[in-house]
Amino acid sequence: MDYVNIFIKSIFVDNMIFAFFLGMCSYLAVSKTVKTSAGLGIAVLFVLIITVPINYLLNKYFLADGALAWLSPSLANVDLSFLSLIMFIAVIAAIVQMVEMIVEKFSPALYNSLGIFLPLIAVNCAVMSGSLFMQERGYQNIGEATVFALGSGVGWFIAIVAIAAIREKLRYSHIPPALRGVGITFIITGLMGLAFMSFMGFKL
Amino acid sequence: MKNIDLIKLPFNKQNPITVQVLGVCSCLAVTAQLKPAVVMSLSVIVVVMLSNLIVSLLRNTIPPRIRIIVQLVVVSTLVVLVDQVLKAFMYDVSKQLSVFVGLIITNCIVMGRLEAFAMVQKPWPSLLDGLGNGLGYSVILIALGFLRELFGSGTLWGYPVAEKLGLYSLGYENNGLMIMPPMALILTGLIIWWQRAKNKDLIEQ
Repeated sequence: MDYVNIFIKSIFVDNMIFAFFLGMCSYLAVSKTVKTSAGLGIAVLFVLIITVPINYLLNKYFLADGALAWLSPSLANVDLSFLSLIMFIAVIAAIVQMVEMIVEKFSPALYNSLGIFLPLIAVNCAVMSGSLFMQERGYQNIGEATVFALGSGVGWFIAIVAIAAIREKLRYSHIPPALRGVGITFIITGLMGLAFMSFMGFKL
Repeated sequence: MKNIDLIKLPFNKQNPITVQVLGVCSCLAVTAQLKPAVVMSLSVIVVVMLSNLIVSLLRNTIPPRIRIIVQLVVVSTLVVLVDQVLKAFMYDVSKQLSVFVGLIITNCIVMGRLEAFAMVQKPWPSLLDGLGNGLGYSVILIALGFLRELFGSGTLWGYPVAEKLGLYSLGYENNGLMIMPPMALILTGLIIWWQRAKNKDLIEQ
């Protein structure tokens, strides 16, 4: 698979939100205004493109079946893949903490706009699933894994900004009282998912 | 709060999915059929209960600054156990659930209950709270799985209901839309609508 194909596919066809519903909790909670949702979108994108390549290397050289063979031939039969969940989440939590400190030090303006969202990203399903899908789909090299992370992050960003824009407009429409808020957001996300399904089978 | 409320409230007024809007991520993707939905529900109940219990037992020894990492380690250990059990005894379902078992770690219900309840309550109420929230999550999951499998594939737990009833000879067709991902969202939206129409306190302004 070439890079452009992976990139386009992970934005539109395998969109984290519309195809797999990942990161829905923060997607529903934070999408009230375009500005904050764009901030969260960028933070997720940022964390994804750092954690996925790191977890790719971890998976390739430590966790996968026979991955330890480079240390010594006697370890060629060791399969540590059952540890991957713990290792991935530890890497993500550590990176999120580190990104938070770096951003705070070097760009206080960005930190203030992202501040509250950064720690939350450690438990965002979209970030964790970036690493898990990377492992499951078996990308050939670190470049493909990074492009996949970039595409997924951009897809997530597009989705949250789009729903926030719709929700801003929704305030002026007459919705049945019981459907207001979360209910209508679910249904609109479903309709957007239907629209995104038209990208299925799309190839470059 | 009485102990019985800890189990009762999550079914309706404090339902984790429809009211607290937590744990939606995994709930929608595994409900195209009933069987994975039930397996996923059981896994989540086990993880929420045990992690609530463990964190509640440890609550006085966890330093507040690093509590998220401590909680994540507890949760992910439990999830690894569940994952291994599923792989050993229900391999086909485990394949179907793919990454979603792993994603129980980042399931907001688990983290939300740990933060909001287990960190400040005694072990026994925490265990019950975990059970209640797990069950509240399961109700929605199983309802979705039931509706989507029945109308989408005409089967229940793999048993061909529509065929046995002879509906196809009457010109009945399966609704292919039901098994597609977006329909899970729309159905959840409709469940929320129905619940709030019956329970006016939950309506948002």
